[in-house]
Amino acid sequence: MFARHAVSARAIHFVYQPDTAKPPVSGETSKQNMFMAINSAIHSALEKDDSAIIFGEDVAFGGVFRCTLGLKDKFGADRVFNTPLCEQGIAGFGIGAAAAGATAIAEMQFADYMFPAFDQIVNEAAKYRYRSGGLFECGKLTIRSPCSAVGHGAVYHSQSPEAYFAHTPGLKVVVPRGPIAAKGLLLSCIRDPDPCIFLEPKVLYRTAEEMVPKTEYTIPLGKAQVLAPGNQVTLIGWGTQVHVLLEVAKMAKEQLKVSCEVIDLQTILPWDKDTVCQSVKKTGRVIVAHEAPLTCGFGAELAATIQQECFLNLEAPVTRVTGFDTPFPHIFEPFYLPTKWRCLEAVKKIVNF
Amino acid sequence: MAAFYSKALNLNAFRAVQSHLRLFCDAPKFPGAKTTWTQTLKISEAKPEDNLPVYRVLDKQGVVIDSSHEPKLSSEVLRKMYKSMTLLNQMDNILYESQRQGRISFYMTNYGEEAAQIGSIAALNNDDLVFAQYREAGVLVYRGASIDFFMNQCYGNNLDVGRGKQMPVHYGNKDLHFVTLSSPLTTQLPQASGAAYAFKRAKNGKVVITYFGDGAASEGDFHAALNFAATLECPVIFFCRNNGYAISTPTNEQYRGDGIASRAPGYGMGAIRCDGNDLLAVYNTVKLARKYCSENNKPIIVEAMTYRVGHHSTSDDSTAYRPKEEISMWSTESPVGKFRRYLETKGLWSEEEEKSWAKDVRKQVQTS
Repeated sequence: MFARHAVSARAIHFVYQPDTAKPPVSGETSKQNMFMAINSAIHSALEKDDSAIIFGEDVAFGGVFRCTLGLKDKFGADRVFNTPLCEQGIAGFGIGAAAAGATAIAEMQFADYMFPAFDQIVNEAAKYRYRSGGLFECGKLTIRSPCSAVGHGAVYHSQSPEAYFAHTPGLKVVVPRGPIAAKGLLLSCIRDPDPCIFLEPKVLYRTAEEMVPKTEYTIPLGKAQVLAPGNQVTLIGWGTQVHVLLEVAKMAKEQLKVSCEVIDLQTILPWDKDTVCQSVKKTGRVIVAHEAPLTCGFGAELAATIQQECFLNLEAPVTRVTGFDTPFPHIFEPFYLPTKWRCLEAVKKIVNF
Repeated sequence: MAAFYSKALNLNAFRAVQSHLRLFCDAPKFPGAKTTWTQTLKISEAKPEDNLPVYRVLDKQGVVIDSSHEPKLSSEVLRKMYKSMTLLNQMDNILYESQRQGRISFYMTNYGEEAAQIGSIAALNNDDLVFAQYREAGVLVYRGASIDFFMNQCYGNNLDVGRGKQMPVHYGNKDLHFVTLSSPLTTQLPQASGAAYAFKRAKNGKVVITYFGDGAASEGDFHAALNFAATLECPVIFFCRNNGYAISTPTNEQYRGDGIASRAPGYGMGAIRCDGNDLLAVYNTVKLARKYCSENNKPIIVEAMTYRVGHHSTSDDSTAYRPKEEISMWSTESPVGKFRRYLETKGLWSEEEEKSWAKDVRKQVQTS
């Protein structure tokens, strides 16, 4: 397992587009990258709620991505602690702590290693409230995990598993696109009454920097954000892919004179149908892009719902630009990802349909 | 000659000192284990003669073997224990038959394991949290769940507190601190560790008990739960009902070690093995286990040796994989009968009482 490798600029397939909109809360801001913003959200959670604990593999010394740096010294070893190396244990332990009334923030070192915990997450966490008729629940559980491409992560340090979890009623699945979003969405997840999976695109931990409000704030779950208005094509993505799409929108405007509306879905489950369908009804064309493989990726769910809700407004087939239906490769990563060039090509095709 | 001897003696003394130094000053410095060196190349193997013995208080006839081990329980408590076991039996009889008649979709009986359930729960505080597997209805009976409560769940009717969402026998009761159980085996074990950790931090004095079978202990979650509980110092009792079978799979196809309790030292935990058919032994064991957990913030394994007298479930005919003689032997040595003889010896139960109680309890279940 690698840790804290600097991401070489050559390896990055996108240009980070910092948030330019007004921050969700007024007051003092400071320049923070995404791992600092996440650290700050966990800090707030631990400070405000004495029952809150954060645990996982190697979180005590600060985490392999520095997200929990300094928290053990501030809040104590009984609140910020290492667990044995066992993902099913981490998830099960978190469910139990949450069911017993604690706010449990669990870390899985890489989203690629969440699968040993799949049973605990899908059969247990997601169904706890339903199956007990509301007698017991584990809503105070949040599972955070680094996800997605990082330039050289290959098969087991690059996966985007959101679609596996999106097929599970009872969970919330959230992916932030940068520091401001990460802080607000993570705090919402921690305080949400349902178990949440918070997937952090690891390539953004250090590359993404924004002026993040110092005070705490939340960003509502289940809401997409329109980042760039447009009226000819709707581009939908989440996580790192949002930055690819923002660049694609610029390129489309300059090179093709096409106006694209870019939407960051933010919450995968439950997703914001209203914002998406309103946009598609306006533009008549939609491209969904994600790093995960095409078949049964979350793009499929968006495409099916969009065609059902916007059938009379669609001027072209719903298009998906995604990772290929293969494991995530090492040296071939640049050819695997749904890059700006592949997305721009899709824009060309969809406007000429 | 004398000089030679003295030289040899000195050499021996030198060697002895050297070996002593090796042992105590030159100990291995590997971070992974505190241990000593050896020059003996040997495979370490567990021997059957070192197997953990089974703690008991009552003999086969229900007679106390050593009176100093007889727990000082009031006659009310002892009678409540017996009534809980027999009520559970009657409920099992009637609900098993109801399933055969197609009135409910599924059922699992508790035959043979009544003492393990009642003895363990009686030794805990009423607000200690329980994570169960599915063969622990007696725990709820002892804690005071009504017959209606069980019926409502099995029928999934409008009075079921679980709102009819799960299969029969998947009970849950917030007031009785009994976490709603689920079908996936062993998932409750790491959850029990997590809950115990939360209790330790909350300093509320509660411990957690989690029940599971010998088959469930083969799941990965068993390993996860024990290792987490040991390293994170969680006050949790891992209570194994070792009843010899996981559906059709006998224990010799489930594991090759000395049952479940023998795994405890590997995790740095304590363990006790007791006669699961001896209510007083189970009670003493869990009483001590609870004290140990809460005073030391440590987990413990309790392995109650018993026998699954009934079929695995209503979807199973156990005569397809085990001899009838084996079943009938254990039926005649039931933990209920043993405890009844103990009560009768103490003058706390009689034949007349047995008759009227059996009639009464059957009526209670039938009219529920």
